[in-house]
Amino acid sequence: MKENYVIEAEGLTKKFGDFTATNHITFKVHEGEIFGFLGANGAGKTTAMRMLCGLSRPSEGRATVAGYDVYRQAEEVKKHIGYMSQKFSLYDDLTVAENLRLFGGIYGMKRKLINEKTDRLLAELGFTSKKNAMVKSLPLGWKQKLAFSLAIFHDPKIVFLDEPTGGVDPVTRRQFWELIYQASDRGITVFVTTHYMDEAEYCDRVSIMVDGCIKALDSPRNLKKQFGVDSMYDVFLTLARTAQRSSD
Amino acid sequence: MVLKYLIVKEFKQMMRNIILPIVFVLLPIGVINVLPRIATQEVKHLKFSVVDNDHSALSQRLMNKIAASSYFDLVGAFPNYNKALATIESCEADIVVEIEPEFEKNLITTGVASVAIDANAVNGMKGSLGSSYAAQIIADYAAQLRDERGLDASGTTVAKFDVAPRYLFNPTLDYKVYMIPALLGMLLIILVGFLPSINIVGEKEKGTIEQINVTPVSKIEFILSKLIPYAVVGIFLLTFAMLLARGIHGITPAGSVALIYAFALVFCVVVASIGLIISNYSSNTQQATLTFFFFMMIFMLMSGLLTPVASMPAWSRAITEVNPMRFAMEAFRTLYLKDASFGDLSPQFWRLCIMAVVLWAWAIASYRKNS
Repeated sequence: MKENYVIEAEGLTKKFGDFTATNHITFKVHEGEIFGFLGANGAGKTTAMRMLCGLSRPSEGRATVAGYDVYRQAEEVKKHIGYMSQKFSLYDDLTVAENLRLFGGIYGMKRKLINEKTDRLLAELGFTSKKNAMVKSLPLGWKQKLAFSLAIFHDPKIVFLDEPTGGVDPVTRRQFWELIYQASDRGITVFVTTHYMDEAEYCDRVSIMVDGCIKALDSPRNLKKQFGVDSMYDVFLTLARTAQRSSD
Repeated sequence: MVLKYLIVKEFKQMMRNIILPIVFVLLPIGVINVLPRIATQEVKHLKFSVVDNDHSALSQRLMNKIAASSYFDLVGAFPNYNKALATIESCEADIVVEIEPEFEKNLITTGVASVAIDANAVNGMKGSLGSSYAAQIIADYAAQLRDERGLDASGTTVAKFDVAPRYLFNPTLDYKVYMIPALLGMLLIILVGFLPSINIVGEKEKGTIEQINVTPVSKIEFILSKLIPYAVVGIFLLTFAMLLARGIHGITPAGSVALIYAFALVFCVVVASIGLIISNYSSNTQQATLTFFFFMMIFMLMSGLLTPVASMPAWSRAITEVNPMRFAMEAFRTLYLKDASFGDLSPQFWRLCIMAVVLWAWAIASYRKNS
């Protein structure tokens, strides 16, 4: 195993008033791995991810992402990560190319590089004909692929994906995971939350959160062995049943 | 330059909006063409009823003289005061002019006769202006009679003053000349202030702000990218509105056009910053809209747009000291009506500049990339 960690969280906690959304979670993510972040709705996955992305300030504990402290150096963290939120959040009144140009520009990429990468990316995705289409006119599956491509457009060290395949058909989901593998091959660390247990099997390692705490963390194979079951689905079910918090 | 990409994005979104480009053209036309005609405080076409108890040639002439003025329209002549008063009560008339029974006789024998004016003062402005216009016409008539018949020679010699006002800067007392420069300020506050107030919060609602917040874009650049496009729109609107004022009403600034632009630019920064601050603190567009309108009403009513600041109570005058609309409007009015120099307007200019810097800094500080 590589000893290079790109994410290190220690006792990371977020409280909203009396409610502890994420409760002292500690974990490390290796460089280049695909890390699955599982948990029922309301288990605190999104909150944890938002803290790692510098969108939410931790109430307690510390975490470093790409070597920068998420509390004190949030803006440095942001230079080295990509993020795809649960809710589609590209500008739907801009075209595909304009969205790429805007975010490429924000990350300080040169115009020439942006144009080259845009053409290459759209050719790879088979999107070339949609280059100047308004994003709002695209079907959901395409939007998701575009959002992912945009999150890694500037070649970040780590990409955070918050339920990237929600509401997407199985074929598109499969294609989406191919994109994730391609990104992983390029050396980008993937941190992904999901509800689909087949997707959990694709990950190098997964953690399972229950009620704001990490209850299990290992490779899918070891987890199945540890719980004595055949599928990640059963692992998840065994742990999720222990939840006290009502999911929404 | 990150800023360039962000500004291009704002302009594209603005121009792709279904209604905004139409509003940019139609609103100035509405404000400059229509408002000065309807939002006028000139009192014209007051309806008056007459009770002529004398029925003489002189009383008849007085009646005709009042009716001939563009300020008055005759409702009718009534046999007694109560009937005439009924026309005020039913809102058919604004004023009753009652001529005493021995009007002509008294005038000729003593040189003194009396006419009573009753005005409906529900609208105080209309009542007081109406009765004083009527009094003026009657006084004018009296002077006319004196000249014609030497009436005052027969009676006592009365000391006579001729008061001849000379109206400066707006010699025809045209209300439009006074209103249009102020409406320029109103136009800017409506568009350049309101649109930013729903911009950032709109991105919050759509979720697009999240994708921006997770990038290393600096707060200064982001806020500038929200401010610059609206300042540009403001300058475009101002130019369009000034051309309309000239084309439709023939009204042009007496002072420096460059100074008008300088004031407009600073004012745009002030109002756009206020909009952005509201947007930053709001969690949905309804909240932002209502908050903005709250401030806009105060800014407009306490600016001297409709009522002079000098006639406000002290506490309200104190509030106007921090009202950007007041200073912009004073500058626009002064520059339109008089050929004022920068020196004359420097207190207004520096105040606006201070507000611009403070509010801009506040807009940046209130934009939070994390929570």
